[in-house]
Amino acid sequence: MSEATTEKLPKDVAAEDGMVNVQVDGNWIQVPKGTRMIEACKIAEKEVPHYCYHPKLSSPGNCRMCLVQMGMPPRPAPGEDPKFKDDGFQEIGWMPRPVIACANTVAENMGIRTTGELVESCRHGVMEFLLINHPLDCPICDQAGECSLQEFSVEHGRGNSRFVDNKVKKPKNVDIGPRIRLDDERCIMCSRCIRFMDEVADDPALGFTDRGTHTTLTVHPGHRLDSNYSLNTADICPVGALTSNDFRFQMRVWFLKETKSIDTNCGTGSNTVIWTRGSEIFRVTPRENNEVNSCWMPDSHRLNFHYVNSEARLNTPMIRNTSGTHEAATWADSIQKAAEVLRIHQPGEIAIIGSGKQTNEELFLLGKLAEALETDLLTLVPRMGESDGKLVAADRNANTTGATLLWDTEDPYAKLDAIREGVRSKKIKTLVVFYENLLEEAGFKEEDLANLNLLVSNHILPNGTAKNSHIVLPGAAFAEKRGSMVNITGRLQRLNKAIEPPAGAMDDWEIIRDLIAALDKKAAPLYLIEDVLKAIGAAVPAFEEQTFSKIGDQGIQITVTGQTIPLLDKEHQRIERGEIVG
Amino acid sequence: MAFIKIKRPELSLSDKLYIPAIFKGLWLTFKHAVKSVRGKSIGSKDLASSGLGITMQYPEQKWDEHLPEYYRGVPALVTDEQDRERCVSCQLCEFICPPKAIKIIPGEIPSDDEWAKVEKRPKEFEIDMTRCIYCGMCEEVCPEQAIYLRQDYAVTGLTREEMVNDKKRLYEIGGKRVGLVNKWNELK
Ligand code: SF4
Ligand code: SF4
Ligand code: SF4
Ligand code: FES
Repeated sequence: MSEATTEKLPKDVAAEDGMVNVQVDGNWIQVPKGTRMIEACKIAEKEVPHYCYHPKLSSPGNCRMCLVQMGMPPRPAPGEDPKFKDDGFQEIGWMPRPVIACANTVAENMGIRTTGELVESCRHGVMEFLLINHPLDCPICDQAGECSLQEFSVEHGRGNSRFVDNKVKKPKNVDIGPRIRLDDERCIMCSRCIRFMDEVADDPALGFTDRGTHTTLTVHPGHRLDSNYSLNTADICPVGALTSNDFRFQMRVWFLKETKSIDTNCGTGSNTVIWTRGSEIFRVTPRENNEVNSCWMPDSHRLNFHYVNSEARLNTPMIRNTSGTHEAATWADSIQKAAEVLRIHQPGEIAIIGSGKQTNEELFLLGKLAEALETDLLTLVPRMGESDGKLVAADRNANTTGATLLWDTEDPYAKLDAIREGVRSKKIKTLVVFYENLLEEAGFKEEDLANLNLLVSNHILPNGTAKNSHIVLPGAAFAEKRGSMVNITGRLQRLNKAIEPPAGAMDDWEIIRDLIAALDKKAAPLYLIEDVLKAIGAAVPAFEEQTFSKIGDQGIQITVTGQTIPLLDKEHQRIERGEIVG
Repeated sequence: MAFIKIKRPELSLSDKLYIPAIFKGLWLTFKHAVKSVRGKSIGSKDLASSGLGITMQYPEQKWDEHLPEYYRGVPALVTDEQDRERCVSCQLCEFICPPKAIKIIPGEIPSDDEWAKVEKRPKEFEIDMTRCIYCGMCEEVCPEQAIYLRQDYAVTGLTREEMVNDKKRLYEIGGKRVGLVNKWNELK
């Protein structure tokens, strides 16, 4: 260029930060180089309807729903300089044919139109083709209400069908795995499920057979869709072709209330949404968090909620009378009685067993309870398994890291053996147990518990420990409380209350608080769970100044444990190799 | 989601003043009054009773035979020609019902059932007649033509429980309805 440019062109400004300028529906924005067009539109807050594209999976570009109009500056003739308009951009020459937004990347000075006659008519056409053979199943289809086919058909489809021939018949209600049901007529051949099983679950069990309108999704011969990640396919299936056997026909989704929370079945702490109606949980689904569980969740964890809805839930405190049967009591009496008996024992005779599935707030208060009782016999019950190399952590306790920080100890499980021996040898005479059935992982026997002068325990369901307890205090399940936990990588995350605990049961942190208050009249009053977190912040450096709103839906890294989540490691490699958007 | 903007009707000056509308209403009432005094109102012959024969002596006299087909009485479930339960427990009526009178527990049709391909039907279906306001929204919203407001209107009971129509009762009231769209035949 001959004339001296006083100002830099937008393309040069953008290039300095590795960005490019893209015009989306008339507005110029800067996006990172290499961004997919569909992601650029998302940044510009323009929705591009799509089915097959999923940022965590490869992009085959086979549904054609994401067609948009693209334009580039015309190529200059040999020897001609590119012409820049006053605003510093080149004129955009619009292409007469559409391109798919999901598999193409942006370029400098590119124009994208997500509306307009061409784009609208493309969507209209694609929708009409997709619906040609689609059954009129919405009234019996579990996806109704959260189905992209329904949504886009309202937006871009036509109200009636022009198709006069008979629809293609395909297998319906096919049993392809223990937790998933397949309806082939509803499948729109987006191949998301196939790619998920192949790329994320490492169990390529699904595939297409036949061609054209007869294309049918099926499991490979001799295979079943029985991976522990199979239910994720039902989440990502844009239609109701894959549905969960567990949730099938239980409730229409529009009745369900969504509460963001986290999974408490292992140390990963997958982010979840709990779907409830009234006081019943209907399903748990994963929620995207790129630092924890990506978009996925193991089946075994998401299905482990039915016990919360159980009829057998404990709903009143109970005190065992002299003849050995439990009698319902009031909360005030039970706490008072427990405090009385605890007070007459020597510190060395008292032990407290908590659970690694408890929240930070509860564990912190357990520590305070131990202080009030002047005992240092405080432990959790270890629950080690094997990691599955994806999302299930070896540590099946959700909050081991939290306990390590709160109790300032290397190993919060260390004292369990000593306590067990102490109970056996009758050295320990009273035991306070929270959330654990000692007859299971803790390795206690029923005759051990018979040795005790006082066993106070908190449970949500009747079990062997409750049976042998002198005082039973009914507590709340994971979906019934607010609180925080720290996962294996050191991320502080938040549990939210999706439903109320049964009438008569109490939130666990309140039970511990009341016990402490009964023992130590001078203890600072705690009214809200926020007060507990504030107290933790004052006492434990890692939690300094944390509040529930700061933790937010995505959590905060408060410490680095050095542990990683294998599934995320693999995902990062794939992003680096450019296989997925991420 | 697509948002559809609905335009409110433009009101003319006479609409805004109310007065013409009031006179329109009075005129209609007057017409009816004259009609009934002349013994020309609907069903006047059957209803002829005391005085001028313009007052129906309810409940000794009832109007039941004159109820139009579209009368909005008790909502009930209907079966089709082949005695199949038309309702597939989609729960749209439960959702739309303004006073929340409907309670449905969906269920799966067992695979050995004749209608197994329909897959879904209500396990329990209850309409609380102390709540129902006979609005007909359920009938309107039903995608399966399974729920209709029938002609019963005098619903009484001594307890609240009695006023709740369960599935069995709803099919008794509803009966069979023929000549409706049958989408679960092979042509679907
Ligand atoms: S079953 Fe669902 S996810 Fe799988 S190809 Fe069909 S529509 Fe896509
Ligand atoms: S008629 Fe109206 S109020 Fe009565 S059940 Fe139907 S929707 Fe509900
Ligand atoms: S709307 Fe119709 S099909 Fe759906 S639950 Fe109600 S009665 Fe049954
Ligand atoms: S989303 Fe682009 S082709 Fe399917």
